[in-house]
Order: sequence, then structure tokens, then C-alpha cells
Amino acid sequence: MKEIIVSSGFLAASFFAVALVSADQTDKEFEEMLESSLRSKGIVKAEEVLAQDEVQKQCSTSGVTSAEDMKAILDSQLATIVYPNDGKYLGDWKAGEKIAQSGKGRRFNDKPDTVNGGNCYACHQISKDELAYGTIGPSLYQYGKIRGNSEEMIKYTWAKIFNAQAFVPCSYMPRYGHKGILSEQQMKDLMALLFDPESPTNK
Amino acid sequence: MTIMNMKRLLIFFAGVLSICTLNSSVSAQDNTSEEIEKYRELLADGNPAELWELTGEELWYREAGPKNKTLETCDLGKGPGVVEGAYVEMPRYFSDVDKVMDLEQRLIYCRMMIQGLSREQATERPFGSAGNSSDIEALVAYVTGQSRGMKIAVVVGHEKEKRMYEMGKRFFYFRAGSHDFGCVTCHSGENKRIRLQELPNFMNVEQARKSYGSWPAYRVSQGEVRSMQHRLYDCLRQQRFPEAIYGTDLLTAISLYLAKSANGGTYDAPAMKR
Ligand code: HEC
Ligand code: HEC
Repeated sequence: MKEIIVSSGFLAASFFAVALVSADQTDKEFEEMLESSLRSKGIVKAEEVLAQDEVQKQCSTSGVTSAEDMKAILDSQLATIVYPNDGKYLGDWKAGEKIAQSGKGRRFNDKPDTVNGGNCYACHQISKDELAYGTIGPSLYQYGKIRGNSEEMIKYTWAKIFNAQAFVPCSYMPRYGHKGILSEQQMKDLMALLFDPESPTNK
Repeated sequence: MTIMNMKRLLIFFAGVLSICTLNSSVSAQDNTSEEIEKYRELLADGNPAELWELTGEELWYREAGPKNKTLETCDLGKGPGVVEGAYVEMPRYFSDVDKVMDLEQRLIYCRMMIQGLSREQATERPFGSAGNSSDIEALVAYVTGQSRGMKIAVVVGHEKEKRMYEMGKRFFYFRAGSHDFGCVTCHSGENKRIRLQELPNFMNVEQARKSYGSWPAYRVSQGEVRSMQHRLYDCLRQQRFPEAIYGTDLLTAISLYLAKSANGGTYDAPAMKR
């Protein structure tokens, strides 16, 4: 009996070692494939893209991320959020509409001085006047009208645009503030697009 | 319809369509679909891709390169010179190189080994543009056209095929870069669109079959036949990823993953698209 226990323990250990080696090998093989197949071009640097941050690593699985991992993502991402110093959250909705329309920025064919867009319409319905909207994200039409403009709602929405994963781990929405895609002023203008009663979003 | 007439029509419609595609409003998009329909009728069920297929066939049988050989002895996996039905089984493992290759890697290999081209020559101009046609796109159109109507039937059996498939699957879920995008962001939900472009969901067998089975395609908006490699190259650009180097393993791995997802579907390309 004792022998059986020992040998099955040994078997389990050796099986585990094999599994570990093959996971390591797979990681290495994958990295080598990426490095040999992708090259820096223009403003996109291969080594920067391939060096995933912790959240990107956790969100790159086809399996379900554990509840603990989810919680860890929420906590770490909430800690990244920077609110505007001057306490002002709403800019100019007309400028916001232009930012929401623009898909420019951060592609290898974009110039270093290209002003990044938010490309919100790629995934969201927003203004009632823009019919060419995508559906990866929920409709934001009437956002301000429905949600109201309480301080909590304003701060939540700012934080959501700054880092969507502070609320939804592994969200498909880019982390616009955290990744430096949009400036503080651009985010204020988008906030106005969502909240200003004059904005076509709320008509 | 003669080739000359077809070419003339093409030039005419490229003009009409470039006007439509400048505008991204709903009506312009609808018009574009309508224009493509009209255009199909005018060509009497013809597809401009046929021009590329014919050119590719000519290139296949033309003596070329330092060795002045045709590609008739090129083995695409079903034996030297067998083109019919070869594409629906690719990417696949080739024992002569001990490697999994997709069609485009295999064509590079054949042109180097059989015709004596350098790697640089065999990978020159993978994507054509006006006035600069691509031999590669033509050869791809010819070979893929010889599988039209057949069932997609890639095999993931050899150890190296299994590894390559795993790499492709892993990349599908790999999220990185400034926008945290991966293939999964745009191709894993039902009824999703980017603006007005419908996104195939590769988790859905029917959509995977229809989508994979429709490339290469004559793209009306570009006036060129584009291969799966070109489609993936452009998705990676939108994904804010670095540039995919033509003929490298990443694209083969993704193609194998997509092809396996599409297995059993009827291959219907070169097709015609927006
Ligand atoms: C690639 C897709 C994508 C893009 C681009 C995108 N979003 Fe989102 N967005 C989503 C998804 C998916 C959700 C829902 C899941 C979640 O909350 O993270 C969402 C949720 C939201 C919400 C929360 C809605 C709620 O019910 O609380 C807001 C606000 C929002 N997005 C604003 C924006 C703005 C502003 C932009 C542009 C700067 C933008 N999004 C760009 C995908 C996207
Ligand atoms: C930011 C969004 C985005 C990302 C990320 C993306 N794609 Fe796409 N993909 C698109 C769009 C938009 C289309 C075009 C749909 C159309 O023409 O109607 C498309 C089309 C395709 C098609 C052709 C579909 C057809 O039926 O014609 C394939 C195949 C494809 N993508 C695969 C991939 C793979 C694999 C990846 C990852 C390497 C990827 N895509 C990443 C947006 C994306």
C-alpha cells in the first residue's frame, strides 16, 4: 500500500513536471513565432506591443478567468485612474463629436504627430444623427438624459473612459486615459458629448 | 465576355465605386452593395478575379527564374503538379521541409527550389496595386480557384500541425498593444459590427465556414484580388499591432486555426467583396 502511494506520488510529480516543461516550451515557441513574424513599423514598436502588461496577459486566455483574478484586475485598474485637477469634467460636445468620429492614431501607418481619435462610433451608437455606428459596445444614445448628471455618474463615466477595466475586467473597450490614447481635454470633450443637454446624444 | 471588355468594365466601375466609397454614410454603403450587385449582373455572373486566375495559370506553366523551369513539379501536398483540391487541405505539414506551410509559404518554397529565385525575388510585391500587379496574388488566385466547390478539409494530425494550430488559437486570444485589441475583440460575438461592417464570429461554425471559404476575393474597393494574408495584414494594422512580415509562421498559424474552424464548409473563392 505504502509503495503504491509513493509511486503514485512520484507519477503525479513527474506528470506535473512534464506539464510544466511543455507549458514553458509553448510560451517560448509562441514568443519566438511573434518575434520572427512581426516587425516594428512607423510608430508601432514590436517590442512594446509584445511586452504585454499584467492585465493583457490575464485577458489573453480563451478560458474563464477566476473570480480572484477578476477582483485583482478591478483593484489594480481602479488605482490607475486620474481625475481632472480642476474638478471640471465637461468640455465642448462639438469637439467631442469629432473625437468620437475619428479612428486615427496608433496604427503603423499613422504619423507621430497624428492626433489620436477615440473611435467611439466604431463600437457604440451615440448621437442620433450618426447612423454608421458599430455594435461591439452598448448604445450610448440618450446617455446623459437617462443616467442624469449626479457627481457619482459623472465620476463613474470619467473613470470608465479612463480605464474601462476598473469596472469590467478584460472589457473589449480600450483604456483611453491609462494608455495615453486620449488627453484630459479630449476626454472632457467626450464627457460633454455624453452629458451636455445640448449634445445630439441627448436629443 | 472577352477579357478586354471585362477590363474596360472594371475600369469604369472602379471609378463609380471609388465615388461611393468616399462616403461612409448608410445610404452610400447600401449603394455600394447595390452597385456590386449591378456589376455582377453586368458581368453575367463573371468575377474580375477570373482575370487573376487566368494570369496565375499562365505563370504556373511559364518557364521562369535562373533555372528556367515551370511550376508543374511543385508539390502542394497532393503530389507534384496536383493543383486541384490542394488549397482546401492547406495549411499542412510537408515532410520535405519538416514544417507546416500555408499556400503562400509553399509557393515561395517552390519558386526558390524549382525556379531558383532568391527569397527576396520569391516574396517580391505580395500585394499588387494599380499598374503594379502581383505575380503572387495571381498564382494564389489560380491555385485557390482549383478548389472551388470542394469541402474545406484541413487535417490537424501531425505533431507539427498540432503545435501550429495551438499557436494560431493562442494568437486569436492574444491581446496587446495600445488598445488591448486581439482578434477576439472583433470576431467573437454574434451580430457585431464595426461601424457598418459586419464582423464574422469565428466561434460560430457557419460564419467561420462562410468567411474562410470566401478568400481570396476581388475587392471592388481596391480593384485587386486580395489573399487571406492581405486580409490578416490589414486586421493586424487595425489591431494596432506591428507589421506582419509576409510569408512568416504567424499568418500560417492563424490561417490553420481559421481553416480548422471552417472545416466541412464548401470553399467558394476567389470571391468578390466590398
Ligand atoms: C472596441 C470597442 C469599444 C470602443 C472603441 C469603445 N468602447 Fe465603450 N464599451 C465597449 C464595451 C464592450 C462596453 C461594455 C462593457 C464594459 O462596460 O466594459 C463599453 C462600455 C462603455 C460605457 C459604459 C456604459 C454603461 O452602461 O455604463 C461608456 C460610457 C463607454 N463605453 C464610452 C465609450 C467612449 C466615450 C468611447 C470612445 C472614446 C468608447 N466607449 C469606445 C466597447 C468599446
Ligand atoms: C479592430 C477590429 C478588428 C480586429 C482587432 C481584427 N479584425 Fe478581422 N475584420 C475586421 C473588419 C472591420 C473586417 C471587415 C468586415 C467587412 O469587410 O465587412 C474584418 C474581416 C476579417 C476577415 C474576413 C471576413 C470575411 O468574411 O470577409 C477575417 C478572416 C478576419 N477579419 C480575421 C481576423 C483575425 C484572425 C484577426 C486577428 C489577427 C482579426 N481579424 C482582427 C475588424 C477587425
